[in-house]
Amino acid sequence: MADEIIRITKDELPAKVSSFMASGYRLVQICCVKDPAGKEPAQRLEMNYSFDRDYSLSTLKLDLSVGEQIDSITPVCAAAYLYENEIHDLFGIRIDGISVDFKGTLYKVAIPAPFNPAGESSKERY
Amino acid sequence: METAATPKHTVIPFGPQHPVFPEPLHLDLVMDDETVVDVIPSIGYIHRGLELLVEKREFPEMVYVAERICGICSFIHALGYSQAVEEIMKIDVPPRAKYLRVIWSELSRIHSHLLWLGLAADAFGFENLFMQSWRARELVLDIIEETTGGRVIFGTCKVGGVRRDIDADTLNRIIGVLDGIERDVRGICEVFIKDSSVKHRFCGVGVLSKEDAMTLGAVGPMLRASGVAYDMRMKEYAAYGDLSFEIPVETSGDCYARCAVRIREIYESFSLIRQAAQKIPGGEISIKVLGAPEGESFMRLEQPRGEVVYYIKGNGTKYLSRFRVRTPTFANIPPMLHVLKGQELADVPNIVLTIDPCISCTER
Repeated sequence: MADEIIRITKDELPAKVSSFMASGYRLVQICCVKDPAGKEPAQRLEMNYSFDRDYSLSTLKLDLSVGEQIDSITPVCAAAYLYENEIHDLFGIRIDGISVDFKGTLYKVAIPAPFNPAGESSKERY
Repeated sequence: METAATPKHTVIPFGPQHPVFPEPLHLDLVMDDETVVDVIPSIGYIHRGLELLVEKREFPEMVYVAERICGICSFIHALGYSQAVEEIMKIDVPPRAKYLRVIWSELSRIHSHLLWLGLAADAFGFENLFMQSWRARELVLDIIEETTGGRVIFGTCKVGGVRRDIDADTLNRIIGVLDGIERDVRGICEVFIKDSSVKHRFCGVGVLSKEDAMTLGAVGPMLRASGVAYDMRMKEYAAYGDLSFEIPVETSGDCYARCAVRIREIYESFSLIRQAAQKIPGGEISIKVLGAPEGESFMRLEQPRGEVVYYIKGNGTKYLSRFRVRTPTFANIPPMLHVLKGQELADVPNIVLTIDPCISCTER
């Protein structure tokens, strides 16, 4: 089966992830993309959740507006906590309900949200 | 962060500088006497923000950054980045370049596993085995230096192919040298696998079940030692589709199983190099790359430590929009923390080392 990209909304994420995990998929990676790239402030942020089964990659993509919060998928996918902590520390996205929450201390960075300098400060959150 | 610590517990900071750790990893071990109750990792000690360099380096130059993410996994980082860009730009790499990429990838795997074997032996005091492993590794590094000009950072992979060729005479001579290295390595590994002290320290220690390995996102030898036959080389990137190899799998999921998987992978790598040397076609080793990438690609390869994912997003300019690397050690940290709980303090170094952590890769 070829790799696929599935566009979803934030509200569809928990159900989609549950469906993947129940079907024998494993979490491959979670990443965030800032748009536009570069030093300009973000106008939107794109989250990519990739899952694999039988060497085929299925990626859930969803868009977040600046300052928008998202719920953690760790209740259904335990391995996600490290990725979500990393995204919070580097992009400043507020992710609620992470099972193992480092509260902004996973990465020791010189400035808050260095990959998204205009993003929410982890120090302000905690 | 909430932990299982209570006033009765002791917290022992393990790392980032520790004699058994090859790279800086900090673990706060919450101890109940000699038993680990909880583990709190602290990463970011050597976080360099390399992914953000796409804003300052043109996409052909980013291969130099990618191969400097880590010294042990260097070539396959460069390969993964190059292949991701090639996929977006629909570049057809010459067949000879694909075979050369396989040869250098497997040499990388051999030297990485021999490095790990030595470190794992040194962790429980088997210093002679450590020295013998690294002596054999030096011979592999000599081959790498002869063919690429560098022992650690190869500098041979680029978008569109490779920079250097290996002529037929050199290739035949290298195969002869590898035969001798393989004899040495098999002798060393037989000791490792059969020694009673090794079995005493490794068997039944740090068990990761198949279900937990899948749930927690384990990759590479850590996953294969728990009974899951998964290897990204089965996706047939580079020239792997033309070569045959077996995926080493063990089922006990303990430290011994993870070691056995890596040792068998070393043997498979020797076989892959011989096959590639025999089948390598003639022709060009690179093609000219015109234009800039526009689009995105998820490229997955098999590093010595497991599945590595490269996400590249281009916008048609010479600077990429996003360069994201998910390294195998990053994926293996949650299962590592899981198996450490309930273990004895004396087993912590062995368990961590059988995961073969590469913190340079993890933190980027």
